[in-house]
Amino acid sequence: MTAVAGMVIIGAGECGGRAALALRDLGFEGPVTLVGDEPHLPYERPPLSKEAMTGEAPAIKAIATDELFAERAIRHFHSVRAVAIDRAAHLVQLSDGSSVPYDKLLLATGSVPRQLPMPGLGGRCIYLRTFNDALAIRAHLNAGNRVAIIGGGFIGLELAASARKLGAAVTVIEAQPRILMRGVPAEIAEIIHKAHEAEGVSIRTGQGIAAIADDGKEAGITLADGQKIVADLVVIGIGAVPVTALAAEAGLAIDNGIAVDEHLRTADPDIFAAGDCCSFPLAVYGGRRVRLEAWRNAQEQGVLAARNMLGAGEAHAAVPWFWSDQYGFTLQIAGLSDEGKSIVRRDLDDSAFILFHLAEDGRLVAASGIGPGNAVARDIRLAEMLIAKRASPAPEALGSQAVKLKSLLAA
Amino acid sequence: MSDWVEACATGDIDEEDVMRFDHAGRTFAIYRSPDDEYFATDGLCTHEKVHLADGLVMDDIIECPKHNGRFNYKTGDARGAPVCVNLKTYPVKVDAGKVLIRIG
Repeated sequence: MTAVAGMVIIGAGECGGRAALALRDLGFEGPVTLVGDEPHLPYERPPLSKEAMTGEAPAIKAIATDELFAERAIRHFHSVRAVAIDRAAHLVQLSDGSSVPYDKLLLATGSVPRQLPMPGLGGRCIYLRTFNDALAIRAHLNAGNRVAIIGGGFIGLELAASARKLGAAVTVIEAQPRILMRGVPAEIAEIIHKAHEAEGVSIRTGQGIAAIADDGKEAGITLADGQKIVADLVVIGIGAVPVTALAAEAGLAIDNGIAVDEHLRTADPDIFAAGDCCSFPLAVYGGRRVRLEAWRNAQEQGVLAARNMLGAGEAHAAVPWFWSDQYGFTLQIAGLSDEGKSIVRRDLDDSAFILFHLAEDGRLVAASGIGPGNAVARDIRLAEMLIAKRASPAPEALGSQAVKLKSLLAA
Repeated sequence: MSDWVEACATGDIDEEDVMRFDHAGRTFAIYRSPDDEYFATDGLCTHEKVHLADGLVMDDIIECPKHNGRFNYKTGDARGAPVCVNLKTYPVKVDAGKVLIRIG
């Protein structure tokens, strides 16, 4: 009998970490190796723009401990990169010169911040992806500091809220005509925009950046219209790009991410990809190929990949789900709102509301909700289940608070 | 044994639903199951201290409104990532239309 080479996971973030634990949960007894280039245990990234900034002492929210990994015989290489995949030999070469054999390989390489293609960026211009990035940013968020945030997306806006909480003066610069252009309905983006302005954030939309001059002590930003902003810290949050170089060099197909099928498998039957780094067919929208940058997706796909590495043959069936916390309110979105053609509004208590996005044929395809605390959570969750069922609820029912969404689920 | 505390009236909670109950500086979640039994647990998710009463009850599962951590509210068992710590449960009895929980 040949020895079992085992499972290797490249990328020790939420996705890779969850996959490693899932392999053990599922009873796999062979070697499990998790390779990550950060010096930390796998940790949750969502707090990096929120609690990790505003908490007393920034701390990592790890999803496992060294003891748990030892107990479950998960070998975790930290501060090590995978540099090459030898598909023929089933070997992963690591940056420390060693190599690890695999029977099945999972690429959970994640994404990295999109770079601002501009000269003049220096030590006061920081991107946020890792805990160490968060620490570098935190050092400049003190009361009275001037913070410029380039990009009015979720990372930028969550950081803006955190920076205000810490007393910094904040300007958000967005090239698009409004904030949150991607994936958030205008009606909700406007509420978020106003909330930030009410908290004292200056938002400049429709503004490109003409130049940045960063001398390491402060950065001067020249906007496209000639205005100048001087900041102690510039955070650049203009999106993320999937980490695909390793897969591409191994000859795997790239299509806005490492291309996988509904089982999260690449064209190589022994190599899977999951989380931010992969694009996959989304069953709920007829196989539309998407790539998601979301915490829950990373978690769910990590677990699904683990199941399929063990031969389960399960297709991905989840509905995308996303949330953002800023100040005292939460936004939650189930599904992708660009699938919708019309919108039905449902008002809840405390100024919370949900927009249901319906396709041309009446099918519910997405729901976007905003409100204080977790006011929209339950109905967004029910909407997610309706979307998964491909339900076409009556618009009047969706729009009436008197009709419980749970009753529509049973229909 | 007078540590039974009145939490609510039986009709205050719909079937297959949950409500928050605060008492003496603590917060609890009171559940009514689809088969019309009552249960009680600690009110906050063991993952990030979120009020579970804002979450969704499906059968015997309560799902945290924030990150979808799941617990069996009858036993307190955590049902997978991101929650790994079980939820504390409390004895419940119904008496004359009132839901009482015993806070230990």
